[in-house]
Amino acid sequence: MDISILLFLTSGLFLGWALGANDAANVFGTAVGTRMIRFSTAATICTIFVILGAVYSGAGAAGTLGKLGAIDALAGSFVAALSAALAVYLMTWAGLPVSTTQAIVGAIIGWNLFSGTTTDTNSLVKILTTWLVCPLLAAVIAMGLFKLTTAVLSRVKLHLLRTDACTRLGLLLAGAFGSYSLGANNIGNVMGVFVPSSPFIDFEIAGLFTFSSTQQLFLLGAIAIGVGVLTYSKRVMMTVGSNIMPLSPVTAWVVVMAHSLVLFLFASQGLESFLISHGLPSIPLVPVSSSQAVVGAVLGIALLKGGRRIHWRVLGSIGAGWMVTPMIAGIVCFISLYFMQNVFDQNVYAGGPGKAPVEMVGFSSPEIPFRRPK
Amino acid sequence: MELTKKISMFGRTHALEGEIDDFLDKLSQCALLFKIAIKVYLNEGCTDEFERKLQDVNKMESDADYLRRAIETQLYAQTLIPESRGDVLGLIENLDQLLNLFESSLWAFSIEQPDIPEEFHNDFDALTDMAVLSVETLVLASRAFFRNIDAVSDHNHKVMFYEKEADKVSTKLKKAIFSSELDLSRKSQLRNFVEHIDNVPDWAEDVADRLAIYSIKRTF
Repeated sequence: MDISILLFLTSGLFLGWALGANDAANVFGTAVGTRMIRFSTAATICTIFVILGAVYSGAGAAGTLGKLGAIDALAGSFVAALSAALAVYLMTWAGLPVSTTQAIVGAIIGWNLFSGTTTDTNSLVKILTTWLVCPLLAAVIAMGLFKLTTAVLSRVKLHLLRTDACTRLGLLLAGAFGSYSLGANNIGNVMGVFVPSSPFIDFEIAGLFTFSSTQQLFLLGAIAIGVGVLTYSKRVMMTVGSNIMPLSPVTAWVVVMAHSLVLFLFASQGLESFLISHGLPSIPLVPVSSSQAVVGAVLGIALLKGGRRIHWRVLGSIGAGWMVTPMIAGIVCFISLYFMQNVFDQNVYAGGPGKAPVEMVGFSSPEIPFRRPK
Repeated sequence: MELTKKISMFGRTHALEGEIDDFLDKLSQCALLFKIAIKVYLNEGCTDEFERKLQDVNKMESDADYLRRAIETQLYAQTLIPESRGDVLGLIENLDQLLNLFESSLWAFSIEQPDIPEEFHNDFDALTDMAVLSVETLVLASRAFFRNIDAVSDHNHKVMFYEKEADKVSTKLKKAIFSSELDLSRKSQLRNFVEHIDNVPDWAEDVADRLAIYSIKRTF
């Protein structure tokens, strides 16, 4: 394998690291912040299940992202992932929960603008709509789950210590589920832009199953996410938990479950085919923001409680962060592509000027028909 | 590994639940012993029977102290209930203070052996009943705090009621003592003993007030 290919993949790994550093807090932030689970335990479980989710179920949501703008040159993918990673890193550094999904979408649109590729409006509308639906759905699920949980706990009258032990176990299991869903739903953000130019080849393991090039790519991305979780997520975990509203451990469990269910719904190919086979409307497989899901879930519970304890200022800054993230990523991507093409003489889109480090064998971009004539 | 630790944690939790229940049992039993001891003192004076009751209360207070330390250590060593352990710690320590009040009050009877005139016996008896009822109800409220948070207020308002009644009895008793023909020194001594007993429902009310706040904090 050409060493330059690995070099270009580093930006995806950086983005994966940034996602791990930031989004693990959505899954385990409240549990670690309230000292219900130790950080080392949370980080280990998160890493394992993110990898499982990414490799086993990552393909669905990644496909939709590919349709938005199939970046058809490795240098272009590198710049897009790097721009998104920088945007996410900046927000993480500022201690704000940020959406990697929004960052990568911003970067892809930046690439589309630079390369003259028309953004697939169907995919864009699908993604934007999902972004609106995601927090709303998380809020509704959280409200229902909260009502159900409190009703059950009031009925069974567990001892305070028993409730605590059950909540810890629940947070651990919900965290594992959340990590799996995060890996499945968000790996597309990290490695999706590299899928068309994946340097790996499919191989069989003991003749039992095929480890596809995409899965290998996703494994690499998931490991990067894991490194992000282990090395940098503690700070965000400690701040995200009670920022919007103080949460009790039981409420934290509800939030993590609602978040995980939403991410799972938007990533599960199995559920999609089940719905389609039964003639039901299917849920689009779209990478959604785990931060938005968490904020939606917390807001849902806060509203159920009368909305008195919501820290609106924090919420406002999170909202502003969501607006700013795709813009930063898009602008950085556009400018970086210019430098990559004109200063470093790299080919950042198929048919563009500059050298191409990898031959796009067998890649047929669905965006070619949309490309503006030169 | 963490999962097995979690499962075994249910065993540890069960043991700790038992210790908390034991602690509350000791407090309740101590209150009942106190009631019997005062009745014995009023009827028979500082007899061997009274001294035995005092020793029983003494031993129970020591046992409760041991349990309290064990509970507190486990709560912090095993990082259990991180959200509520400060409140549980406060609750257990404040309840323990009631045991100390029972013990010190009986020791005062044993050491000073006050001569309580017959005419005051009924009121001393009534005051002791109110004090013990307030503590028994507080024990129920505390059990509810651990198992059935919604029921805490059902018990708490009764603690307040018994404290008010105890105040009425103690005021009446003090007035009666100071309007009697006794020497001022005896009046002062008897007033002190009224206050010894009256301190119990006063403290129980303070704990009930804290318990009400702890309960609000514990709502999901």
